[in-house]
Amino acid sequence: MNPPADADVSPAVLTVDGFQCLIDELQRRGYRVIGPTVADGAIVYDDLASVDALPRGVGDAQDAGRYRLTRRDDEALFGYAVGPHSWKRFLNPPRLKLWSSRREGDGVRVEPAPEPRQPLAFIGVRGCELRAIAIQDRVFLGGRYVDRPYDVRRRGAFIVAVSCGTAGGTCFCTSMGSGPRAQGDFDLALTEIVDAGEHHFVVEVGSDAGREIMAQLPSRDATSADCRQAERIVAATAASMGRSLPAEGVRELLLDNLDHPRWDQVAERCLSCANCTMVCPTCFCSSVEDSSDLASEETARERRWDSCFTTDFAYLHGGSVRATTRARYRQWMTHKLATWIDQFGSSGCVGCGRCITWCPVGIDITEEVRAIAAAPARTGGSDHADGHAQD
Amino acid sequence: MATKLPRKPASKPRLAVFKFTSCDGCQLSLLDCEDELLAIAGAVDIAYFPEATRSTLRGRYDLVLVEGSITTPEEQARVLDVRRRARFLVTLGACATAGGIQALRNFADVAEFSAAVYASPEHLRTLATSTAIAAHVPVDFELRGCPISKAQLLEVVSAFLIGRRPVVPPHSVCMECKAAGNVCVTVAQARPCLGPVTHAGCGALCPSYDRGCYGCFGPKETPNAAALSERLLQQGLQAQELLRLYRSFNADAPAFRDESLRIEAGLRNHTGDPS
Ligand code: SF4
Ligand code: SF4
Ligand code: SF4
Repeated sequence: MNPPADADVSPAVLTVDGFQCLIDELQRRGYRVIGPTVADGAIVYDDLASVDALPRGVGDAQDAGRYRLTRRDDEALFGYAVGPHSWKRFLNPPRLKLWSSRREGDGVRVEPAPEPRQPLAFIGVRGCELRAIAIQDRVFLGGRYVDRPYDVRRRGAFIVAVSCGTAGGTCFCTSMGSGPRAQGDFDLALTEIVDAGEHHFVVEVGSDAGREIMAQLPSRDATSADCRQAERIVAATAASMGRSLPAEGVRELLLDNLDHPRWDQVAERCLSCANCTMVCPTCFCSSVEDSSDLASEETARERRWDSCFTTDFAYLHGGSVRATTRARYRQWMTHKLATWIDQFGSSGCVGCGRCITWCPVGIDITEEVRAIAAAPARTGGSDHADGHAQD
Repeated sequence: MATKLPRKPASKPRLAVFKFTSCDGCQLSLLDCEDELLAIAGAVDIAYFPEATRSTLRGRYDLVLVEGSITTPEEQARVLDVRRRARFLVTLGACATAGGIQALRNFADVAEFSAAVYASPEHLRTLATSTAIAAHVPVDFELRGCPISKAQLLEVVSAFLIGRRPVVPPHSVCMECKAAGNVCVTVAQARPCLGPVTHAGCGALCPSYDRGCYGCFGPKETPNAAALSERLLQQGLQAQELLRLYRSFNADAPAFRDESLRIEAGLRNHTGDPS
């Protein structure tokens, strides 16, 4: 996904019919096209056959521990915020076979797991999600060790981003600087305009691949009025966002307060169910499991999503080093908001709000930070700045 | 790529299945392994399995699978004998692991039930409680579920045969639910679901069919049932219904038992609020 050679590709306008052409064109080029659709009372990401599978006229109401679909009074195709799925489910699948082996004579033959051939095309990637993908790129592809399963899925992926026209009830991307505008590594970025009989998309091109595809679609050049309208929509979304995290100082605040009483309070409510880490688009932890068959002839190795909220995940010789829920919640939040910065150079949170909405008891990461900031105890001290103090 | 492997030992381990108070459902999961039955028979000597064979060999067994809970004085004695014959003892399912649905008697008066049901209750020889196998003898591995998952049973047997730890993670059902891509029924529909406090293993079967988890696999590691209860009550569940949620197949598993007793105490105080 290189930036387009000719940097001044001017924005274009695509109609809803044009959008169908985009899906057709991606399919014609062999992509597996994935995007938002309605299933089981939520917006999920699944294979898209046509524009009709998109959640037309559907909105959502989200709050801590609560999610409901709503009916919008327009026909918007992207008039909702992010749901329980994120793109990591396609780039780093929840269960992934790594290899298998079988006994052959006196020896054993090892077979690597087959790799997917079809490149992925993601439709409707939000600003926060572009940032989350960039963070996972850093985790899986940056540095010395490249994660091959992630690499093969990520490398050829085509990204159609969408700037948000509505803020979700638990979003705080504005304060994290990741949204609501789609910015970063995309091929095409759309802003949906649904207004007084008009329904179209202002399209920004972000790569050569994006420009090639745009050239195949029926579109017109965007006027400065179109662009101003798109700007206004994104600005209104940013202004209507209800939650926030402080832009500065969260790392120091948390690492200076590793023994704050708030950790005990949140541990009383927390179920250590791991829903927050499963839905978080940047959480990347996994476990590797071996299996063998009854005849002890075949074995396989699988990788599956795991979480710092399980005791097994922190099991070392002799027991789990994070026996309490307090230790596990604190590990999650201090890693996400503080030590992630030391490890990967940015916060691990993009402000998508998923962990807030999908926590069965509605624990809100922004509220937890606020509670500690309101009465900092400063009991930890900078000797804990490695963030690995344990219970 | 070829590496030398040690040869497999010539004699097969001896497997036995014993049953105590239960419905036979877990044993049937073993018979239900149609595709794998031949492989099982090839890998172990099925020495004692009344559901599947008539042959009965006495002696010692390498792998013993135990179904059912202890509810009579006769069973109390027999389980000691079973343990003595077992090198590695695995309990199968909610009855053997937590007392089963019949452990509801632990919250009631058995004499009163017997008098109501039987014309001559004096002929009954039954205990006042239904208890897990581990309450009587040491257990090497406990497999959860009502019934158990066939895949987990095969996993435990396969792991035993090759000498590795079985992969039976004790985390929440929610993790399986999210891995399956389900939409959470509690968050999206305010349906009561025990997934956050329940041991994984079923693959989030009920939430995958748009139902809340019934807790068949019993409490997960470090369950926080009180916090879940508080949330479910907030969402409009009645305390009486909440009580019934914990009082089912795993009613006597400590985390569920304690929570149901706490809710019951709250109900008795007529506040309806267990906290
Ligand atoms: S921590 Fe929560 S808000 Fe932040 S990126 Fe993860 S799921 Fe989204
Ligand atoms: S914060 Fe919420 S979602 Fe995360 S483990 Fe705790 S209860 Fe579960
Ligand atoms: S439906 Fe139940 S098991 Fe699934 S995530 Fe929600 S609470 Fe957990």
